[in-house]
Amino acid sequence: MRALDGIDLHFHCGELTAVIGPNGGGKSTLLKALLGKLPYRGEIHFRPNGKDEKRPRIGYVPQRVNIPPDSPMSVLDLLSISRSRVPVWFRVPRHLRDKIQQSLEMVSAGNLINRRIGELSGGELQRVLLAGAIDPLPDILLLDEPVSGVDAKGLSLFYETICDLRRNFDISIILVSHDLAAIAPHADRMILINKKIIAEGKPSDVLADPACISIMGTFLFDAKQIPVDSRVHGGRP
Amino acid sequence: MRNALLAVLLVSPCFGIVGTMVVGNRMAFFSDVIGHSALTGIAIGVLIGVTDPRPVMILFAALLAVLINIFLEMTKAANDTVIGVFFAATIALGVAILSRGGSFNKFTVYLVGDILSVTPVEILFLSVMFLAVVLFWIFFGNAIALVAVDPALAYGKFSPLMVRTAFSILVAVVVILSIRWVGILIINSLFILPAAAARIRSRTLRAYLVRSVALSVVSGVSGLILSFYTGSACGATIVLCASALYGLVVGWNVIIGKFHS
Repeated sequence: MRALDGIDLHFHCGELTAVIGPNGGGKSTLLKALLGKLPYRGEIHFRPNGKDEKRPRIGYVPQRVNIPPDSPMSVLDLLSISRSRVPVWFRVPRHLRDKIQQSLEMVSAGNLINRRIGELSGGELQRVLLAGAIDPLPDILLLDEPVSGVDAKGLSLFYETICDLRRNFDISIILVSHDLAAIAPHADRMILINKKIIAEGKPSDVLADPACISIMGTFLFDAKQIPVDSRVHGGRP
Repeated sequence: MRNALLAVLLVSPCFGIVGTMVVGNRMAFFSDVIGHSALTGIAIGVLIGVTDPRPVMILFAALLAVLINIFLEMTKAANDTVIGVFFAATIALGVAILSRGGSFNKFTVYLVGDILSVTPVEILFLSVMFLAVVLFWIFFGNAIALVAVDPALAYGKFSPLMVRTAFSILVAVVVILSIRWVGILIINSLFILPAAAARIRSRTLRAYLVRSVALSVVSGVSGLILSFYTGSACGATIVLCASALYGLVVGWNVIIGKFHS
């Protein structure tokens, strides 16, 4: 039984692509296939400069991480483990600590370095996981429903951070979300998936597409009037 | 007495270290089965007629550890159900074998422990065990800590099943090498109590480890000394000291208002 069929997509560096669709439509399946967690037929090609092919480095921020509330691990511990084989039970070397502090500051989480991971709010945890995913800098950043369980302020901070990353580092970001209103102003491209690709293109076009409306429902705002984030296009046409 | 003290100084840090992840990975019931499996290991040793049952005990405990891990991975049943099944069968097997001929009494030393009879050769074994624990922590400590938070975080790096199974085998080795000194009845408490107390309000893994080892060593030494003067079993007295320390830690945190349920 195939969860997804006929997926033929191109992703570009410096582009934020939102993958939307109904529950069970295959959004997370697509991510898992890209990560190699699920078997698939087909090919994935990565050509960073247009010709030479190599395996992309993928940064992944999962949808949910279950942290035991009494876990004595600190944010520094967690990120050290993902970055290095140095045993965190004894000592974190100075240079590693500094690098981790830098990654955390890139995602506006510099103040969280000594916090217990079990005490972080949903939004704080998301930013910590993001810090872990972007260092070393990946070619492709995959975000799976990153804003479930996050408050509104955390959400806007998160999206700002993603946009900054995209602008500063020219990485390709693929974000799976069901939160259409929040992601639409920030995405360069949107793909609607329901077992196959239903619609693809600029967010305003996709959301106005009748196929999209019939699957996802109408919205409280007029899709054509989505505020275009001036930073999204950054002066480019 | 000096040998006993040396033994305690080698054994208690091992329990302090390994206990951090027995508690961290919610494996307290699992380590309980392994502890009790020593009885069955002895029984099998007696059955096949060996003089020193320890190799058989280690093999049996390690095999049990691997089987339980595989079973847990394959089944949808709850952890404690599965472990409960293995617990029941293992214990019953041990008791059934040992009670044949009505000669169970000579095995009670394993139930209660007898640290004062430890010899220098045995202390050598304990030193090797200590080294094994430290080496495991250097190479697999990060992995086991990550699995304790969320096995999904291990994706792409290593298999959580493999790491948990390797850790389970370490638990089996520590249990069997220590069982003669502290006794089957209380050995599991040595994994749990110092780590549980250390876990309260530790903010880093390093603090957690250091506190767990410190609490374990303090309970070990004070328990040994106390048992010497009161004449009670050393293992049990160590656990009573560890319990008292746990109570003190909790009490202190309640007083300063930082004990969260």
